[in-house]
Amino acid sequence: MSPLPPEFADLQPFAEQWCLATEPERYEMRLATPMPDIVAFYDAVAPRAEAAMAYGDQFPYPEIPDNALNLLHLLYSMIMVSFPVEVWKQQRVPDTGSAAFDCFVEPTP
Amino acid sequence: MSRFPKPVEGSWTEHFPELNTAPVSYEDSTSPEFYERERKAIFKRAWLNVGRVEQLARVGSYFTKELAVVNTSVIVVRGKDQKVRAFHNVCRHRGNKLVWNDYPRKETSGVCRQFTCKYHGWRYDLEGELTFVQQKSEFFDLDESLYGLVPVHCEVWAGFIFVNVAEEPDQSLIEFLGPMVTALEGYPFERMTARFGYRTNVAANWKLFMDAFAEFYHAPVLHAKQSPEKYSSMAQQAGFEAPHYGVDGPHRVVSTSGVRFWEMDSELVKPMEHITRSGLFGPWDSVDLGEMPSGINPARCDPWGLDSFQLFPNFVLLFWSQGWYLTYHYWPTSHNTHVFEGNVYFLPATNVRERIAQEMAAVTFKEFALQDANTLEATQIGIESGYVERFHLNDQEVLCRHLHKVVGDWVMDAENDSVAVKH
Repeated sequence: MSPLPPEFADLQPFAEQWCLATEPERYEMRLATPMPDIVAFYDAVAPRAEAAMAYGDQFPYPEIPDNALNLLHLLYSMIMVSFPVEVWKQQRVPDTGSAAFDCFVEPTP
Repeated sequence: MSRFPKPVEGSWTEHFPELNTAPVSYEDSTSPEFYERERKAIFKRAWLNVGRVEQLARVGSYFTKELAVVNTSVIVVRGKDQKVRAFHNVCRHRGNKLVWNDYPRKETSGVCRQFTCKYHGWRYDLEGELTFVQQKSEFFDLDESLYGLVPVHCEVWAGFIFVNVAEEPDQSLIEFLGPMVTALEGYPFERMTARFGYRTNVAANWKLFMDAFAEFYHAPVLHAKQSPEKYSSMAQQAGFEAPHYGVDGPHRVVSTSGVRFWEMDSELVKPMEHITRSGLFGPWDSVDLGEMPSGINPARCDPWGLDSFQLFPNFVLLFWSQGWYLTYHYWPTSHNTHVFEGNVYFLPATNVRERIAQEMAAVTFKEFALQDANTLEATQIGIESGYVERFHLNDQEVLCRHLHKVVGDWVMDAENDSVAVKH
């Protein structure tokens, strides 16, 4: 379970799939999810991004409560799928075959 | 029509006397035999960056670095005297690799009081001295003072740890880096500890990827589809020109002018760039890093975009005007493969919005790098066919020409047994 703050109950249906703490998990989910589902997630969360960032900024980063952290991870996933939705029209970067670029360290949270 | 003035010689290429304008050969990137010469002449003689001091936070902090190109693994460790040292990762008893976990070929890191060999329990202190031999009385004439770990030359500049596997390096690290690079000292590397790191195996010679990031002539074409159509077509029509190229010994730099995305028409930027106020060039709201050292933005461009410094042989420091920097390392594993590592560094975020902007910049970097990496395999295949021998380079590709020239010179020099001073 990845509970979001009550103000963001509308995004809760996406939380289970997209509240992912690490880049490798988010990138893998992007490759594994059909485009219509990616678009539905993007369309739901992008208009709420401004409110979500404002919500997160009530807390002294990086000490934020668990449900705000889940919301932050949801925003990271929104960024992760933005290229497929806004430009590629597919999950993978075009012409990149089996190329990989594995993230081995990232700031937390 | 040039947007930026060229040097008086008429071009950047002719500005650097060691270069000419003739088509070039990439045999240095396809030949297994040349790769062996390069390992000996370049990688066994040059200073190689293996990490940063922040990776060794306290006494006993260590990491190992696999350097296939010079056929060794090194242990880099902070000693009780705070000094950073490097050693060949080999036990002096039976030659077992000393520090590793689970997989002998994988890199590892941690904190310890001493190094203990997994095989027969010989121990070494943080300064490399042999301190314990199991059943010592069974040995014959063993003088422990002579059997410490074999040191590797190790020096630190601006927090960057370099090693040199030569028996006696021709130059100190500072001499090797030279004035163009050491003028970057004072950049707040030590404060920029929010790090995203990426690694990948690339099926191309290491120099071809250096070349890809040494010119931006490719950017409006290869990366066209990354941007809204209107921006792409404007960029492609304009082409790319850099306001400044510089060379200092074997090292080189390109500076670019800046683009103010936040002043642009909304048709020209992606929706996610608006939401996150960030993109390829970094967070739109720039951070205050204090006064920049003189080496940054050497041509004093305004607006300034980035400086990409290529430190010979395989290390790049790239500074964005928006207050973040990247490092690239190209570690050869054969004549037509290498491991690429890219690291992105920011000041630690102080709120969610800053962190989101960093995430957007890092994700965008990965989208671009994936395109670059895959194109390289195609380049390797093309030149390896051997049916085309010479290739044109234009004036915006002057640094590619310089890299291949310097590589050739170092190989020739080493083979002529020259110890001529060069940085």
